[in-house]
Amino acid sequence: MQQYLQIFLTFFKIGAFTIGGGYAMIPIIQEEVVGRRKWIAQEEFLDLLALAQSAPGVLAANTAIFVGYKMRGIRGAITATLGAALPSFIIILLIAIFFSNYKDNPTVEAIFKGIRPAVVALIAAPLYKMAKSAKITYRTAIIPIATALLIWLVRISPIWIILITIVSTVAYIYFRDKDEQKQL
Amino acid sequence: MVYLYLFISFFKIGLFGFGGGYAILSLVQHEVEHYGWLTSAQFTDIVAISQMTPGPIGINCATYVGYTASGSILGSVVATTAILLPSFIIMIILSKLYLKLKNNPYIAGVLKSLRPVVIGLIAAAALVLMTPDNFIDPWSFILFAFAFLLTLSFKMHPILVICLAGLAGYLIY
Repeated sequence: MQQYLQIFLTFFKIGAFTIGGGYAMIPIIQEEVVGRRKWIAQEEFLDLLALAQSAPGVLAANTAIFVGYKMRGIRGAITATLGAALPSFIIILLIAIFFSNYKDNPTVEAIFKGIRPAVVALIAAPLYKMAKSAKITYRTAIIPIATALLIWLVRISPIWIILITIVSTVAYIYFRDKDEQKQL
Repeated sequence: MVYLYLFISFFKIGLFGFGGGYAILSLVQHEVEHYGWLTSAQFTDIVAISQMTPGPIGINCATYVGYTASGSILGSVVATTAILLPSFIIMIILSKLYLKLKNNPYIAGVLKSLRPVVIGLIAAAALVLMTPDNFIDPWSFILFAFAFLLTLSFKMHPILVICLAGLAGYLIY
């Protein structure tokens, strides 16, 4: 029971502080789930992001479902998803019901002008640590750099890059194993 | 009847919303226009509200459209559940396969090759967000630099960084 509560509260916190959606919550999830709770390891976190990217739907929810499922099965997944979704649900519902014109409030606007560039920094800052844990060298650094440039400048969908990586890796392992068998 | 349509629409959005966030927005726009649930001004509002409130954009849209289209909280519950359901089913299957097969040589190989790609994806997300909307003046760059330093060198918790940046925004603007 205690662990369900921990899962719920952790994802509630993640949901409540993700502004801008999607990638903006990665640093927070990483800090909470990998750094503080140690529920999953750093490399496993990168695997999780690849899985969450490959499945359709809301990235934050996908991440919550994986972590919850790994911890406590289906019930853990439901707990984590509810935790992640509830803050937005409550806040948006209140806005829809009461203040549909709050976005014109100058105080709110000022606060968000400060938050937006900080969110970009939050996304960029953990990259170095991630690169170290993925054992990226100067030679292999071409992969993340090319990926980032293709998405940023050419606007290729990340799904294509993931698919190409999967297909080429499977082909590489298949032919490598075949070669080894021939040599034997 | 509106509940059924909300369920179907948002289930569809959840099922085909690859790439998260802004990719989902265009799907929502399509469905919402098809059913005439929101005017285009209302749709712009929900985008602005989604950007200014915490939480995933997909969930924010579902909650907002669900309430506006049906006039009741039940509409929000239906739309939000519907957008989450496809992810839930697919992610459970993927998690199960991952936990079972992560030592299979093919799966392990693929996951290993995907790690640097994922780092590239995150770098791209940061680059894509470097827009004039987010960086409005020199203060933005100062805030960016401070947030970067606090996170990387001082290991400050991201939530604290967001709160400080909000406070700074309030004082500056």
